[in-house]
Amino acid sequence: EGSDGKYHVGSSSMKAPAKPIAGNNYGHHCKPECFRSRHDDLKEMLDSNKDSLKLEAMKRIVAMMARGKNASDLFPAVVKNVACKNIEVKKLVYVYLVRYAEEQQDLALLSISTFQRGLKDPNQLIRASALRVLSSIRVTIIIPIMMLAIKDAASDMSPYVRKTAAHAIPKLYSLDPEQKEPLIEVIEKLLADKTTLVAGSVVMAFEGVCPERIDLIHKNYRKLCNLLIDVEEWGQVVIINMLTRYARTQFLNPNANEVLLEEGEEKEFYGSDEEEGKEEKVEKKKPYVMDPDHRLLLRNTKPLLQSRNAAVVMAVAQLYFHLAPKAEVGVTAKALVRLLRSHSEVQFVVLQNVATMSIKRKGMFETYLKSFYIRSTDPTQIKVLKLEVLTNLATETSISIILREFQTYIKSMDKDFVAATIQAIGRCATNIGEVRDTCLNGLVQLLSNRDELVVAESVVVIKKLLQMQPEQHSDIIKHMAKLIENIQVPMARASILWLIGEYCEHVPKIAPDVLRKMAKSFTSEEDIVKLQILNLAAKLYLTNSKQTKLLTQYVLNLAKYDQNYDIRDRARFIRQLIVPTDKGGALSKYAKKLFLALKPAPILESPFKDRDHFQLGSLSHLLNVKAGGYQELPDWPETAPDPSVRNVEVMDKRKEKKKVEKPFYSDSEDESRLTESADSDSNTGSGSESSSATEESDSGSKSEDSGGESESEQQEKPNRKADKSRVKPWDVSNWEDFNNNNEEEKIQPDWINCKHTYTHLASKGSKINSFSCRINSMANGLELLKLFWHSRVLFVCILPCSAQTISPTFSSLKTYELLHRLTGEGLAVGYCFGRQPFVRDPHMVTVQIQFTNHMDTEARNLRVREPRLQSGMRIKEFPEIEVLPPGETVTTVMGIDFCDSTQAANFQLCTHTRKFCVSIQPPVGELMAPVFMLENEFKKEQGQLMGMNEIKETLVLGEACQSDYAIVQRVTAAANVGQVPCGSDQEFAGKTMTSNSLVLVTVITKRDRTAQLTVNCEKMVIGTMLVKDILHALSQ
Amino acid sequence: MIHSLFLVSTAGHIFLEKHWKSVISRSVCDYLFEAQGKASAPENVPPVIATPHHYLISVYRDRIFFVAVIQTEVPPLFVIEFLHRVAETFQDYFGECSEASIKDNVVIVYELLEEMLDNGFPLATEANILKEMIKPPTILRSVVNTITGGSSNVGGTLPTGQLSNIPWRRTGVKYTNNEAYFDVVEEIDAILDKSGTVVFAEIQGVIDACVKLSGMPDLTLSFVNPRLLDDVSFHPCVRFKRWEAERVLSFIPPDGNFRLMSYHVNAQNLVAIPVYVKQNVSFFETGSSGRLDITVGPKQTMGKTIEDVVITVHMPKVVLNANLTTNQGTSTYDPVTKVLVWDIGKLNQQKVPNLKGSLSLQSGAPRPDENPTLNIDLRIQQLAISGLKVNRLNMFGEKYKPFKGVKYVTKAGKFQVRT
Repeated sequence: EGSDGKYHVGSSSMKAPAKPIAGNNYGHHCKPECFRSRHDDLKEMLDSNKDSLKLEAMKRIVAMMARGKNASDLFPAVVKNVACKNIEVKKLVYVYLVRYAEEQQDLALLSISTFQRGLKDPNQLIRASALRVLSSIRVTIIIPIMMLAIKDAASDMSPYVRKTAAHAIPKLYSLDPEQKEPLIEVIEKLLADKTTLVAGSVVMAFEGVCPERIDLIHKNYRKLCNLLIDVEEWGQVVIINMLTRYARTQFLNPNANEVLLEEGEEKEFYGSDEEEGKEEKVEKKKPYVMDPDHRLLLRNTKPLLQSRNAAVVMAVAQLYFHLAPKAEVGVTAKALVRLLRSHSEVQFVVLQNVATMSIKRKGMFETYLKSFYIRSTDPTQIKVLKLEVLTNLATETSISIILREFQTYIKSMDKDFVAATIQAIGRCATNIGEVRDTCLNGLVQLLSNRDELVVAESVVVIKKLLQMQPEQHSDIIKHMAKLIENIQVPMARASILWLIGEYCEHVPKIAPDVLRKMAKSFTSEEDIVKLQILNLAAKLYLTNSKQTKLLTQYVLNLAKYDQNYDIRDRARFIRQLIVPTDKGGALSKYAKKLFLALKPAPILESPFKDRDHFQLGSLSHLLNVKAGGYQELPDWPETAPDPSVRNVEVMDKRKEKKKVEKPFYSDSEDESRLTESADSDSNTGSGSESSSATEESDSGSKSEDSGGESESEQQEKPNRKADKSRVKPWDVSNWEDFNNNNEEEKIQPDWINCKHTYTHLASKGSKINSFSCRINSMANGLELLKLFWHSRVLFVCILPCSAQTISPTFSSLKTYELLHRLTGEGLAVGYCFGRQPFVRDPHMVTVQIQFTNHMDTEARNLRVREPRLQSGMRIKEFPEIEVLPPGETVTTVMGIDFCDSTQAANFQLCTHTRKFCVSIQPPVGELMAPVFMLENEFKKEQGQLMGMNEIKETLVLGEACQSDYAIVQRVTAAANVGQVPCGSDQEFAGKTMTSNSLVLVTVITKRDRTAQLTVNCEKMVIGTMLVKDILHALSQ
Repeated sequence: MIHSLFLVSTAGHIFLEKHWKSVISRSVCDYLFEAQGKASAPENVPPVIATPHHYLISVYRDRIFFVAVIQTEVPPLFVIEFLHRVAETFQDYFGECSEASIKDNVVIVYELLEEMLDNGFPLATEANILKEMIKPPTILRSVVNTITGGSSNVGGTLPTGQLSNIPWRRTGVKYTNNEAYFDVVEEIDAILDKSGTVVFAEIQGVIDACVKLSGMPDLTLSFVNPRLLDDVSFHPCVRFKRWEAERVLSFIPPDGNFRLMSYHVNAQNLVAIPVYVKQNVSFFETGSSGRLDITVGPKQTMGKTIEDVVITVHMPKVVLNANLTTNQGTSTYDPVTKVLVWDIGKLNQQKVPNLKGSLSLQSGAPRPDENPTLNIDLRIQQLAISGLKVNRLNMFGEKYKPFKGVKYVTKAGKFQVRT
C-alpha cells in the first residue's frame, strides 16, 4: 500500500506510449473506487493528532500533485491543517492551498485568518511568508484584504517583507486589473526604497503593472544605476532591460551622425535636393555631448559583463547595443563570445542576438571569427546560427578562410546543415563580388554530389546566382538541364525549369527538348513543378512557337483537367494570354513583355536583417514576432527632455512620501478617525501588556478610573500615536533604536490613552456597532470570514501591523471542544481563549465560542443558563443568538472571571428545545495577561519575588525548539505573557487577571540543549502549574 | 514570468509538474513532443517554441527536458539560466539529476521549487540559502526517516541568509577543521585539420572552490601572472572593483562548493597542444569496406604524463562493424549508435598507441563521402596548460589558521580532429 502502490497506478498509465493528451488526469482512467478508499486513508491521517502522520499524508498528496493527479477532493481535510505547528506540514499545506484555492474558493477562505495573523507576526520571515501565500491565493473575494496587506507590507520595517510586497503586486494585478491605480501608488513608494533587496522586485512589478509610467523612474534613476551592481542577478536583468527603455526616451542618440550618413548613402538615388538638405542638417547639428546620466548608466552596467549569469551579460550587451556610441559597443563582444562556451540553449539565444548585432556592427566580432567555427558535435540549430554569423562577418579579407571552413562543412553528415551551408555560400557569393565565380564553380561541383538534397539545394542557390549574370554561364545552364532527369527533389526541378524558361534563348536547342520530356511526365509531377512546366511552355511558345506550339497546347490541355485549381487557373490564364483568339486578347500583345521581362536578381538577405527593431535579448526578438506584453523600444527623441527631472532633493522626497501615505489611511476626517481608533484598539487588544504595565507602575490607577477623561482629548492623542507607529513600524530588530531614541517616554502615555479610548468606546456599545458596520462595508464581501474569527479577522485586515512587537499573543489559538456534535445532537460548540481583554470587565478572560449547526433545522435561542460557579467566579454571558440556520457557523464572545484558579466554570447551554451541561476549564496560562516591562524593571520585580515565590527547573529543550524564536513561540503559546524586549535572556512578564499578581518567566538557554526555566509569582499554585505547562511545551 | 514547469523524460513521460500561477494543462507539452519528433536528437529540439497561447522554453539536461511555460515577454536567457540553476540545485541535493532521483525526492523537489520561484520570479537561487531552508537528503536521515516514519526535510530555523547583504553565505558556520581548497581546471578547445595543423585553439579555465571555513572569513586570492587572464566572469561574491584595480580576487566565500571564477586565456598566447594525432580513415570504392589507422602521441606536455586519453569517433551510418586491433587500451564499436570508442589510458613516450583495422560497410550502399571527426578526451594532472599560477591566499576577519590547497588540472574540452 502507501505511496508505492499508488505510484504503480500512475506509472503504468504513463508507460502507455507517450500520449500526453490522454495523460492529463490519469486518475479518471484508474478504478475510481480504489482511489476513493485511498483518499479516505489520507483524510484520516490528516485528521489525526500526530504530526508525523499528517506529514506523511501531505507528502503523498504533494507527490500526487507533482504527477499531475487531481487531489482537489482532499481540500477540506488539508486546509484544516493550515495552522499546524509543524513547519514542514505547514509548508506543504501552503503548496497545496496555492494550487487548489482557485477551484475551492469558499473553503480557501477558511485559511485566510491564519495568514492574517502571520502578517502581524514579530518575525519578518513569517510576515513575508504569510504575505506570499496570501497573495498567491487566487480568490477574488480577498482582493481587498490583499490590497491592505500589500500596502502595509510596503511600509514594513524589514526590506525582506517589502520585497515580498513587491512580488505580491503583479499577483494582485493579474487577479484584478482594476486595482491598477492603488497598486501604482505602492509601486511608486517601493521604487523610492533604497535597499538592493527590493529594487529588482519592484522594477519587476513596475514592468508588469505600469511599464508605460516612465515618469515614475525619473527620481529613482540614479539610485537604480548606483544600486545595480549589488542587486541580485535576476533583478539586475529586469532593471537593465527597463533602464534601456527609459534611456531611449530621455537621452539623445549618441550615433545620430552615423545614422544620418547611412541614410544619405542609402537614399542617393532619390535626388540631390534632399541630399543637400541632409548635409545641411548634419552641419547644423551641434556637437553631441552625452548626458551625464546616460554615461552613468553605461559606466555602471559595464562591470556586469563579468557576471556568471548569462542573462545578465546578455542584458548588458543589449543595453550597449541600443544605447552606447558605436565605438563602445565592441566591449560586449568578448563577454558574448564567452557565453558561447555555455550550455547549448544559452548558445542558441546568444547566437541569435549576435547574428542581429553582426549585421549592424560587423566590426565588433571580426576578431572572434574563429569562435564561430562549427564543431561536428554542435546541435543543428547551433550550427545553422553559427553559419549565419560567419556569413554576416565575411569580408573581402576573411572570405577565403571562411570559404575554406565551409568546404569542410559540406562534407558533414548532417544534411540539414549541409543545405544551410550551401545557402550560406550563395549569400557570400552575392555579398562579395570577387568570390562569386569561385563560389559558383564550387556549387557546380556539388551538382555531382551523391546526396540528392545537396544537389537540390545547390541547384536552388545556383539559380539565384545565375540570375545576376546569366550571359556568362550558359554552359552551367546546359549542365543543369541534363540534371533534370536525375533530380527528384521538386524544388530543384522547378528551379531548373524556371532557369531554362528564363534563359531559353541561351539554350535554344535544349529547351524544347526539356519541355517534351516534361510533357510526358506532367501528370506525375508535384504541383510546383507543374507550374514551372506551364511557365516554360508559355515562354517557349512566345520565343519559339514553331517548335513548341503543339507541345504547349498539349500541356495546357493536361493542366486544364488537373486536380489542383491553382494549376487549372494558371493554365486558363496562360492560354488566354498567349494564344491569340478572335475576341478580346487585348493583353496578348503584351504577353512577351509580361513573361520575358527582365527580372531583378534576388537579394539573398540575412533573416536577421532589421531584427534589431526588437529589443535584443527579448523573446520577441528571438521569435521575430511581437510577444504578448512586449514593450516597444522607443525611438530616440529629437531633442532631449528636461534632464533636471532626475535631480533628487532629499527634503522633497520626504514630503512626497507623506503625501503618498496619507490617502491610504484617510480619505476623509471621519474615516480616518474610525480606522485610527480601531488601530489603538488593537494595540490594547494585542499588546495590552504595555498599557497595563505602565498604568500599574506609573499611575497605579485602574483602567476604569481613567474612563472619565474628556472625550476630545482621548480622540486626539491616539491619532498622534497611530501616525507615529505608521511612520516607524516596529519590529524586533528595531527595538534597540526604539529605546535609544528616547521616544519611550513619549509613547507610553499614548498607550494609556489607547486603552482609555478603548474603554470609552466600550462603554458606548452603540459606537462599537457603528464601527463594526463601518468595517463591514469597507471590507465588503467578508461576511464569510466574519463567521470565522468574528472581530479578529476584521481587525487584522484593517489594521496596519503596528503593534506587532509586543503581541506574540497571536501566535496560536488552540481550540477546545465544548460540545461535540454527537452529544449536541447536531450542534457543535468549540471555544478558544481570545487573549484580548474582555471589553466589559478587565478581570475577565475572553472566551470565544463558536457554534456550528450540523442539524437540518435551525437552532434557536442559543443562550447560557444556570451557571454553577465556585465562589468568587463570575461569568458574563454572550448575547442570546436567536437563530442559527442549518450549516451555518457563528462566533460570539463571553467573559469569565476564573478568580485566578483553574477550576472549571460550569453552566448550561440552552437551545429552544434542549439543555446541555457544559464546562470550561482554563489552562493556567490563560489566566493572565501580558505586561509590558523593560529589563531593569523586570529584574527589580524578580528580586522581590524570591524564595518561596520562585520555582526553578532545568530541562532539555525539544528537537524543534532550539532557536530563540522557537522558545518565544512556545512560551507565549503556553501562557499569555509578553516578552521583555532586549532582555539578555528570554524573559516574559504577565499578570493574573483577577488579582493582578505579577508572573515572571525566565528561560536561560545553555549549551548542550539544556535550559533553565524560572517562574516568579506570588501565587505559588499558579507558579507551579505554569512551570509544568511551560516545561511540557519546551521539551516537546 | 515563468508560469509552470514540466519535467519530461526523453521517452515523453511528464513526470513532474508545478504551477506558480493558474494551472496550465500538461497537453501544452504536445508542442514539445512534436518538435522532438522532428528533431534527430533531443539536443536538436529548439529551446524556444511558440505555441498559440504560450511559449515553451526548455533546456535539455541529463536526459530530462526542463520545460518552462511562459505567457508574456521575458528574456529567454533569463528562463534558460534559471532552468539550469534548477538542474544544478537538484544535482547538488541528490548527487545526480535524473528522473529516478527526482521521483524519489519529489517532496523535496517541490519544496525547492516553491522557494526558488515566487509568482514565476526567482526568489532564492543560492544553494547556501536553500540548504538552510530545506535540508538535502542524506543516508543517515533517510534511515532515520524509515525507522521513525518520516521526519522533516524542512529546517526548523528560518533562514537568515536571505536577509543579509551577503546572501550567498549562511551565518553561524562552524567547522573543527577549517579548510579552503581551490581547483584550477583548464580545458583546451581545439580544432585540428586533417594534416594536424591547428585551425582554432583556445584555453578556458575555471577555479572551483571548496571552502569550509568558520565564521565570516574574507579571502584574497592572488595570481603570479594575472595578465594571462583575458576575459573573466565571477561568482557574485567577488569584489569586481578590486579585481579591476589590483587584479586580485577578494571575496567572502559561500559555504561549501562553488565556482569562484571562469576565465579565458589571452588569445595572443599560443596554445600548446599536448598531443599529436596521425590518422587515416578511408572507405574503398569497391568491396564495401574501409580502413582505419589512428596513432596518438604526446607532444607538448611540460614534463607531465597525459592520462585518461579516450578517442571517440562518430562513424557514418553505413559502417556496420569494425575489426580493429590496438597495442594499448581497448576499443569498442557500437553498431547501433555508430560510435567507436578507443580508451587508451596513459600515454607514454616509449610506446606510441596505435589503433588499426578494417571497417565493414553496408553492402550496396554508396561509399560515404564524409570522413568522421575524432573527439579527444585527455587529462593532465598538476598542470595548468596556460601557465596560470596562484600566488597566495590570505584570510582576514577570522583568527584561526585554515588549511589551504591549490590543485591544477588540464583537460580536453571540445577537442576535435577533422579527417
